[in-house]
Amino acid sequence: MKVIRVIPCLDVDKGRVVKGVNFVDLRDAGDPVELAAIYDAQGADELVFLDITASSDDRDTTVAMAEAVAEQVYIPFTIGGGIRSVDDARRLLRAGADKVSINSAAVARPELVSEIAAEFGSQCCVVAIDGRRSGEIDTSLGPVPSGFEVYVKGGREATGLDAVEWAAKVVELGAGEILLTSMDRDGTREGFDVEMTRAISEAVDVPVIASGGVGGVSDLAPGVTEGGADAVLAASIFHFGESTVADAKTALSEAGLTVRPA
Amino acid sequence: MSVAVLDYGIGNLRSAQKSLIRAGADAALTADPEVIARADGVVLPGVGAFGACMDALERTGLDVEAKRAAASGRPFLGICVGMQLLFEGSDETPGRSGLGILDGTVGLLPDGVKRPQMQWNKLHLDQPDHALLDGLDEAWMYFVHSYVAPMSEHTIASVDYGGPMCAAVGQDNVWATQFHPEKSADAGRRLLTNWVDHVERSVGDDSGGEEA
Repeated sequence: MKVIRVIPCLDVDKGRVVKGVNFVDLRDAGDPVELAAIYDAQGADELVFLDITASSDDRDTTVAMAEAVAEQVYIPFTIGGGIRSVDDARRLLRAGADKVSINSAAVARPELVSEIAAEFGSQCCVVAIDGRRSGEIDTSLGPVPSGFEVYVKGGREATGLDAVEWAAKVVELGAGEILLTSMDRDGTREGFDVEMTRAISEAVDVPVIASGGVGGVSDLAPGVTEGGADAVLAASIFHFGESTVADAKTALSEAGLTVRPA
Repeated sequence: MSVAVLDYGIGNLRSAQKSLIRAGADAALTADPEVIARADGVVLPGVGAFGACMDALERTGLDVEAKRAAASGRPFLGICVGMQLLFEGSDETPGRSGLGILDGTVGLLPDGVKRPQMQWNKLHLDQPDHALLDGLDEAWMYFVHSYVAPMSEHTIASVDYGGPMCAAVGQDNVWATQFHPEKSADAGRRLLTNWVDHVERSVGDDSGGEEA
């Protein structure tokens, strides 16, 4: 039985949630623990914290945040952003994170994927891929046969890597899950790039999380039914209180998919 | 009532410890044979690869302590790879012996399903009266694994993942779950509370204890 996970994503800076989280009855909209507990109560299956802390000096606060979340939240959570070494990963996992997600650092040094997988197991090694359609990109760095290219630096910098080939490679290196974000769709509210999601999910045998472009709960199911994803990630629809995780699960379930009831 | 969580230097054991404390146990992460011998209940967690976990257990001498605790009759709970280690071996690390407390070999999840299984799944109770599973019929638990123990007469709960798959075992005092109760929200809390209550009862009966 394939059970689709619904994963709210929170951006954090220096241990505080940023980017317009807007719940009516929230005491402190920046408190990751309080928000995580709300999503847990709504029936979220996992949480992803994306750390956008710029300075590495402030990364201790992210570790402290992981500890605080682990203290009170009893569903799995992933921390991504700024992880450059096995040591960075170790600190977050020891603090209580269940998985770490690596992106640019894996592109810069693919062996990091195997190092983390060897040390802690594939199950906690997520590789985040920010993909963009090559029709709108510069392919001067090399051929991109699938038409989807890997970007880094928040979608600003092309790598010349083919997203489908890259996904297959990181899985071979030991990635246990792929978090795939469409940089063409991110922030547009036009729905997932289901073609790119399909291309990746057919190329790997590990779970794929679809991300980027969700503007409403009706956008979620196509990531699975057309894109072949195993989990769906969204941010703004949950943060602004437009929809709850329970609404998301109802929509998935009405599309004929199995979810853990909220 | 004291619970020893065997700390052999792998991954995130703190979640397991905290969840046991929340369930009412005085739970400590420990590698100290004396503490383990005195504990009313013993938990063997595990993440990562079977072979790497067995290596770490042997390096810390906790393979011996785990076997001793299981043989003592005191309540013993394996979690995730900690469940798999209880068996004779695993296809994940061929040729590497497990603890051999339970019969059988751990095998790869079937073809045609995603490996790892990384999702919540719904329990079917093969032994509905088992004390670990009280109140947990059709409960949802969180799984992360690519290998699994065989279905057997000791399977107490299963899930559907490319066919019936062993989710929990119970053989005498040795109980174990393939899923992570410490990550399974309220349902997981209920399961750990069931186990802690069982430890409490066994202390009361005096049928556990190191002298037993």
